[in-house]
Amino acid sequence: MPRRDDIKSVLVIGSGPIVIGQACEFDYSGTQACRVLREEGIRVVLVNSNPATIMTDPEFADATYVEPITPEIIEKIIATERPDAVLPTLGGQTALNAAIELDKAGILDKYGVELIGAQVAAIEAGENREKFKEIVATIDIHGYQAESARSVICHTLQDCFAGAEELGYPMVVRPSFTMGGAGSGMAYNPNDLERIAGAGLAASPTSEVLLEESILGWKEYELEVMRDKHDNVVVVCSIENVDPVGVHTGDSITVAPALTLTDREFQRMRDVGIDVIRKVGVETGGCNIQFAIDPDTGRMIVIEMNPRVSRSSALASKATGFPIAKIAAKLAIGYTLDEIPNDITKKTPAAFEPTLDYIVVKVPRFAFEKFPNTDQTLTTTMKSVGEAMAIGRNFTEALQKALRSVEKRSASFAWPGSKSDVDIEDLLSRMAIPTDGRLNEVQLALWAGATIEQVHEACDIDPWFLDQIELINEIADEVRQAPELDVEILRVAKRHGFSDVQLAALRSNDSLQRDALAIAELRAELGVNPVYKTVDTCAAEFEASTPYHYSTYDEESEVAGRERPAVLILGSGPNRIGQGIEFDYSCVHAALTLREAGYETVMVNCNPETVSTDYDTSDRLYFEPLTAEDVMAVYNAEVAAGPVVGVICQLGGQTPLGLAQTLKDQGVPVVGTSPEAIHLAEERGAFGKVLAEAQLPAPAHGLASSFEEATEIADRVGYPVLVRPSYVLGGRGMEIVYDETMMADYLERATEASPEHPVLVDRFLDDAIEVDVDALYDGSELFLGAVMEHIEEAGVHSGDSACALPPITLSQTEVERVRASTEAIASGIGVRGLLNVQYALAGGILYVLEANPRASRTVPFVSKATGVSLAKAAARIAMGSTISELRETGVLPTQGDGGTLPLGGPMAVKEAVLPFARFLGVDTLLGPEMRSTGEVMGIDDDFGTAFAKSQIAAFSSGLPTSGRVFVSMADRDKRSMVFPIKRLADLGFEIAATPGTAAILARHGVKATELRKHFQGAGPNGEPTTVAAMEAGEIAMVVNTPYGVGGRVDGYEIRSVAVRLGIPCITTVQGLSAAVEGIESLLAGEMGVRSLQQHASDLATLQAAQAAALAEARGAPA
Amino acid sequence: MSSSQRIRRQPGLLVLEDGRSFCGTSFGAQGSAFGEAVFSTGMTGYQETLTDPSYRRQIVVMTAPHIGNTGMNDDDAESRQIWVSGFVVRDLSRIASNWRSQRELADDLADVGVVGVADIDTRALTRHLRDRGAMRAGVFGGSDAAAPLEELVAAVKASPSMVGADLAGEVTTPQSYTVAAQGQPRFRVAAVDLGIKAMTPEMMAARGIEVVVVPSSVTSAELAALEIDGLFLSNGPGDPATADRTVELARWALESRLPLFGICFGNQILGRALGFGTYKLPFGHRGINQPVMDLTTRKVEVTSQNHGFAVDAPIGESVETDFGRARVSHVGLNDNVVEGIECLDRPAFSVQYHPEAAAGPHDSAYLFDRFFSLLEANRSVTSGGSR
Repeated sequence: MPRRDDIKSVLVIGSGPIVIGQACEFDYSGTQACRVLREEGIRVVLVNSNPATIMTDPEFADATYVEPITPEIIEKIIATERPDAVLPTLGGQTALNAAIELDKAGILDKYGVELIGAQVAAIEAGENREKFKEIVATIDIHGYQAESARSVICHTLQDCFAGAEELGYPMVVRPSFTMGGAGSGMAYNPNDLERIAGAGLAASPTSEVLLEESILGWKEYELEVMRDKHDNVVVVCSIENVDPVGVHTGDSITVAPALTLTDREFQRMRDVGIDVIRKVGVETGGCNIQFAIDPDTGRMIVIEMNPRVSRSSALASKATGFPIAKIAAKLAIGYTLDEIPNDITKKTPAAFEPTLDYIVVKVPRFAFEKFPNTDQTLTTTMKSVGEAMAIGRNFTEALQKALRSVEKRSASFAWPGSKSDVDIEDLLSRMAIPTDGRLNEVQLALWAGATIEQVHEACDIDPWFLDQIELINEIADEVRQAPELDVEILRVAKRHGFSDVQLAALRSNDSLQRDALAIAELRAELGVNPVYKTVDTCAAEFEASTPYHYSTYDEESEVAGRERPAVLILGSGPNRIGQGIEFDYSCVHAALTLREAGYETVMVNCNPETVSTDYDTSDRLYFEPLTAEDVMAVYNAEVAAGPVVGVICQLGGQTPLGLAQTLKDQGVPVVGTSPEAIHLAEERGAFGKVLAEAQLPAPAHGLASSFEEATEIADRVGYPVLVRPSYVLGGRGMEIVYDETMMADYLERATEASPEHPVLVDRFLDDAIEVDVDALYDGSELFLGAVMEHIEEAGVHSGDSACALPPITLSQTEVERVRASTEAIASGIGVRGLLNVQYALAGGILYVLEANPRASRTVPFVSKATGVSLAKAAARIAMGSTISELRETGVLPTQGDGGTLPLGGPMAVKEAVLPFARFLGVDTLLGPEMRSTGEVMGIDDDFGTAFAKSQIAAFSSGLPTSGRVFVSMADRDKRSMVFPIKRLADLGFEIAATPGTAAILARHGVKATELRKHFQGAGPNGEPTTVAAMEAGEIAMVVNTPYGVGGRVDGYEIRSVAVRLGIPCITTVQGLSAAVEGIESLLAGEMGVRSLQQHASDLATLQAAQAAALAEARGAPA
Repeated sequence: MSSSQRIRRQPGLLVLEDGRSFCGTSFGAQGSAFGEAVFSTGMTGYQETLTDPSYRRQIVVMTAPHIGNTGMNDDDAESRQIWVSGFVVRDLSRIASNWRSQRELADDLADVGVVGVADIDTRALTRHLRDRGAMRAGVFGGSDAAAPLEELVAAVKASPSMVGADLAGEVTTPQSYTVAAQGQPRFRVAAVDLGIKAMTPEMMAARGIEVVVVPSSVTSAELAALEIDGLFLSNGPGDPATADRTVELARWALESRLPLFGICFGNQILGRALGFGTYKLPFGHRGINQPVMDLTTRKVEVTSQNHGFAVDAPIGESVETDFGRARVSHVGLNDNVVEGIECLDRPAFSVQYHPEAAAGPHDSAYLFDRFFSLLEANRSVTSGGSR
């Protein structure tokens, strides 16, 4: 039966900003859905507040709304677009929650819109733990009764303590309806219970938590299941967590397929999984079901299910070649599994279960270094910010590839000089607590002589995995002890995933002193080279027509020869703070445009969450680590297959950029900005010369390799200073230092951050306006992509600062100065492609802060706001096109650029989204080190409305329009606060303040209620402290700028409570002014919605009118 | 065992009749073994595969890379012994880890003298077999692997072919035995053991059917003497074109309107009894992920399959046979191979795949219910009462 013909238009809901637990996997799934629906001739309407996504590119939908995902806004979109159906199952928990709210508010009924993919009843049955357990209890498979963990549902703390009596400690506490398991944890005693359940009750939209018997240490599994309207069900993939129950699956090292189950056990799990999807009532689509198995008895428990595509389904899609989101979209519009062809074989249908002849390992990537004061124990609340996946022909190979794919220095296994130096007892006690480095502790303990039994006893990891790690250790010993590296030992080592870097380290005592490169040369001589196999869904039973490859050390390679010239695009690896989806966006655009230009595009990346690793995105996909060895091997394989004309390193962020020189040294044609030019921008001394030649000012600075040198420079340029290690992304290790003591403290930590490189000391410009520029340069002409003005002052990392486009206070003269400076830098460095420059405007002087000759984080935002795809143009320039050619062919606009945006055009605001709610205890102050995970965009006619939209999109609470605002300002900010606070009072807000702030306000005629400080406690007549007032729900917004300097300064408590309770919290004066403008707009009237397509056409009309007016003015005599 | 011995084992070799060879390491028994090289794509269930009599005289290549992880136990065997003649894997597990594991895979293979080869490019081998078709092969472990390649190829070429092989007699039970019905016995069925898997009588017994498993040499007179309500024809190895005696049994059952159910080899037997031909597939279907559509309900089952031969019958129409109309009831969605046939005028049906599913998904267990209904319906027609 073909698809339904009554659905002509579908509204797809995206997942909003990238946050922990909900990352770019939903861009991947949403993009697939949009593609599928449009291929079917369905009109696609999309809402997603995240501009960094591919799905919000105007060409992926008929009407793209980059607007907040709230019921009010979505209703406006529905009223404008009148879709027949809403598809909410591909946008994560955000979309699912939005769908439920739309339904509850009666909006779906009002406009006659059908929910497809999953019904409200099914969503609730899957997500409401009580209902779900009832469903599991009804599952009986030929006498086998499916089980959930024993549990108690609680709505108050009293309930919780009563429940604890029944279950006994430890127990799991899980709030209902939160994303990525936010707020859940393990309670070992009544204190834990009170803390976790208290927060959980507050976090759950239904004020509900579940207490559950502990299944800590059990084996954990997941199944990805799909069902069509004919009740055909397939299990796409099984996933086994190497980390046992107790660690969130997003934080676990996982492997596909499951490796430690017999067929009987697996089939029982499959039977239960199929019954779960049926009984929950997911009629058309996919779901993820988690199981736990008692390793001693085999007792199986169904943990939970998600009635939607998920992070795991993205992983499963990449792991199997079965595109779950794409198929889910097709099922939602009425196809059945047997009617959908398998993309990879082309000949067989999707109604089957993929079988793997390789092993897939996923390793999470954490960012604890950004949140030093937070608890780093891994729990049932997800804390990782990204992940890397690797494919190998066995577990050891896949694991070692995955560990080097996460790009953390300490992640790959290493072997110290002597076993006797290793403290086994210490390792055994440390590995009992799951942390980021646990597997390395396990490896080291086993190597030093701990038995598998001892280690299993300590950490509960299955002995099978432990033996595999032992095998790796044995090979390491053999490599180290072998008289020489012969073919046999090299083959064995490579077969089990050892990198040349690891081999070189193991052979450091070898008299030949080979480095990794020399090992690679030796291998080439001896013929120990990788081959490339294909991910084909069917273990080679049928021929695959999709070149989705991975490397392994086997006999036969499957890379096909080709005639067309190829371009390799290096992706950005696992998401991390500072290098996320924005870089994937640029890589995908390069692939799209270069394919159009006639090249064979070859993507190399290892991030399973992305669009770039969809086998549809490029002509060929290599799922490989982004290390010099792995990339060189792909390059060599592709050179053997046909001509390779270029390798693009400048779109994937710092990861590929860092490989450029090494690749070029080995004869790889690195196109675009040359590695030498990259060096000019990145090496401070060289960059200083570029600026000096162009006569551009930079803040006074110096390079220090000792404490004495650093303080000497700081004294010379004057405190405060900005200090940082060189060669970093995302402001890693960057801090503002106010005096000598702080300098000493900082240097101790920073030296750890980057020992090879000295420290940069810059004069910090107080109260400067920071300006961010993205531009293209082809060697002779500059295209100014955009000039963005930061809302927050210089000193807040550009990634964490809100910004406005076009700039809100810059004059056209200042924009032209920016243009001239940018051109001088581009030409001085020798840029061929994208360039990002950060300036600080202070005292009428435009200082150059830094320049990055690569795609920046803002490229997607700029592209959405100005309607110009900078990444596509950059890829074309890298391959030799000029800007004027690109203007002619329509890749760039025929006239004008981001520096000449028409007056009266719309305003776009980018706001950063920070993960503080995940890292309770961390101060929320913004600083020079980037900590945001994602961003949203607000777009409207004026700055106030655009800013208000960005706030709604970024924080569920948005900006308040009434209530009480608590104000506490640092002395230096008190002058600037008066006007905006007065305005808030005029707008009807009640003002509360600390005594000092209240006194100043009183002198300006603003009456403010005084609230007591936290350390003072409640007053004699019960006067509340600020924190108490916040907890009582009496504060609608907090304005708190930090006092002075130092770590946990006053206000810390207030800011962390605000984060915990979700109260808007403004920490800068500039942020306050923007918020007041936003609030004014909200009070002034209703917010409208406008699609990007409409936006682009409005912009074009305005631009044409401006050009015509200009021509007329020129033509007419003055 | 020192670590270097664990990593560098004895040499093992797989040699195909077309001269291609794969070098690896030896496990299980050493020595030489010959058979038809086939690949199985199941990711679970190697113990069931090893003990499935349908793999008699075959060298089974597992496409899943890690084999042996869950060891061997006393519960999961599908028959009384391991039947494969050779076993080829990429990575043999060094330890077994499962709460039900009792023994290591390699030890079990060594005990029964099955030659195993590990550490070869099983994907390259699978692609070779997919492109060239299943073919004869030899596996050699230890000193046997050291012989010159030409000699080994010659030995492979001298080994018997699967076409025309009558193997049921080699795997069938020497004596009849009965699998008691669970609960009150409702029917008695004779199951002709052409290589039957243990789960099959289990599935019938669970539905109240007493199963008398009889040797493949059974005669229709002997069957009649058993006072059975139905006949079951099992799976098994070999070429169905050689199974004339069993085809005669099927014709006898059709003649006497005895309810008949066949699985795998049994499907080919029913096909031949109805006058259809059988033919050898290029590389067979062996795995537990094969999609099959039930043409009656249009629903898709994910099935367990293990067959190198198939029935040649027209899909989508009913055909006049010696026993009234018959039609194809199930079809494989990957390649449109006949996966089931049913008689419209006789109480008989069969499927080419494995509803007993050990190893494999349980989607098709309903076929045993269908057989049960057939037995019920037939009783009300023939005797109008219970036994």
